[in-house]
Amino acid sequence: MVDAPDPVPLSALQHWCYCPRQCGLIHLEQAFDDNLHTLRGQAVHARTDQPGVETARGVRVERALPLWHDALGLVGKSDVVEFMPGGAPYPVEYKHGSRHKAPDIAACDDLQLAAQALCLEHMTGQPVPEGALYYASSRRRRVVAIGAELRAQVVATAQAIRQMLASGELPPPLAGEQAARRCKGCSLIDRCQPLATRAGLDAARQTLFDPDA
Amino acid sequence: MQLLNTLYVTLEGAWLRLDNDTLRVEVERETRLRVPLHHLSAVVCFGHVGLSAPLMHRLADEGIALVLLDDNGRYKARLEGAMSGNVLLRQAQFQRLADATFTLDTARACVAGKIKNCRQVLQRGAREAKSEQEAAALTRLADDLAASLRALPAADSLDALRGVEGEAARQYFSGLNLLVRPDQRAAFTMDGRTRRPPRDRFNALLSFLYAMWMNDCRSALEAAGLDPQAGFLHALRPGRAALALDLMEEFRPWADRLALTLINRSQLNTHDFAVREGGAVTLAPDARKTVVVAFQERKKDEISHPLLAQTLPLGLVPLVQARLMARAVRDSAAPYIPFVTK
Ligand code: SF4
Repeated sequence: MVDAPDPVPLSALQHWCYCPRQCGLIHLEQAFDDNLHTLRGQAVHARTDQPGVETARGVRVERALPLWHDALGLVGKSDVVEFMPGGAPYPVEYKHGSRHKAPDIAACDDLQLAAQALCLEHMTGQPVPEGALYYASSRRRRVVAIGAELRAQVVATAQAIRQMLASGELPPPLAGEQAARRCKGCSLIDRCQPLATRAGLDAARQTLFDPDA
Repeated sequence: MQLLNTLYVTLEGAWLRLDNDTLRVEVERETRLRVPLHHLSAVVCFGHVGLSAPLMHRLADEGIALVLLDDNGRYKARLEGAMSGNVLLRQAQFQRLADATFTLDTARACVAGKIKNCRQVLQRGAREAKSEQEAAALTRLADDLAASLRALPAADSLDALRGVEGEAARQYFSGLNLLVRPDQRAAFTMDGRTRRPPRDRFNALLSFLYAMWMNDCRSALEAAGLDPQAGFLHALRPGRAALALDLMEEFRPWADRLALTLINRSQLNTHDFAVREGGAVTLAPDARKTVVVAFQERKKDEISHPLLAQTLPLGLVPLVQARLMARAVRDSAAPYIPFVTK
């Protein structure tokens, strides 16, 4: 019997968008370093003291709802899905940190939310044209339209991740301006060692057998 | 990165148990020590130390390594949780092992790291030597090591490499004798490296220190997801942690330096060693504690790591190096670079 490929976790899309290597370290190498756990803990905590959503009349709130999409091979959980009176699902993803992230980093949150929306459509047969991100420290929602471009990006990203998992190859560290901005905030920096660049390693190799270097 | 503590239990007859979120050390039902588990990365027990099953379960859950060593620090066993190792990385490791170029290259790097760090020890000794004659002798030996280092790229087989390494080690150990304080030399002369069993005091001390470094290297490799048994420089042999031995080469001179410090500052004296019938020498139980404490203190020293452009405690360097090794294994074009100090 041939195993079907393991479904890609929804969180992997956000990781991949932030940094393919981070995605590889987590999902290929199962590297969970301490501060990642810590961040998750904080995210969960933020959820419990977030008021408001249950009070709206007729809105049923499901927390930690299992999500999947067989055709795309996605699986995961939503922090919150609000079911409208007509039964239409509305995903809300909780993020630590502020709403005012750099646009390219916020875009990774959008991608993960869009993937949740696609899962919900697959599961319920209902259209999900919109969802929201809730940022714990600024305590604000940001509404995200699940447009054609985002949908295509979900499909392409899931594909890329599946390829990486199948090849078993860890993507290289970020470089240049992206590295400067993203590695600082990355919980896997110690494991990844982005500063020990290929160029640095090669240069060190050049002088390894020189006693005076 | 944070240097978590390793709890070394050298106390004969100690009993370790779980007490909520702390580890409790008892001797004859009396509590001697309590350590919060979240401060620990490993628990290392020497000789006759007992521990409870609930504690073992908890250590496994928390990913805290439990290591059993004999009285002399030799490895006996290790308890690993379910998530240890990384099968994909290990698969790559075995593929590299079958790749003669990678194997030789990595082995060369390990030897180079050792020789460079050994040379530092001799050069520093030469600078601090009391007599010109000794300074000259140490400088000569350091030059010999430089020649060995330069010979490494041309060593075209593992045997050739091990030959260069053996010769360098011989020269280096003869130099170590000159680094012992003159009034201690009679008691701590070493005639080359002897082990199984060590046959002089210096060797007994080195064996014990190497055992602890070895243990840290092994743990670091496990933490990085590598298989400590599958090494490049050291031949594969059942029961031998060949990769841990490879990784440890670059750290041996650190152990040597600590041994010299302990002797030269008279933290250890002749009565701290037992000479057995026939000539085997062992470290006395009380002295083991002295060595363990000194080793733990040394691991807190801040070191600047040239490749990562950051300072970190010496105790974390094996982990950093194990990760660099994992990186070389994953990406065969990225060379392994040992930790070399200036
Ligand atoms: S440290 Fe930088 S390169 Fe490495 S995983 Fe994190 S973001 Fe990616």
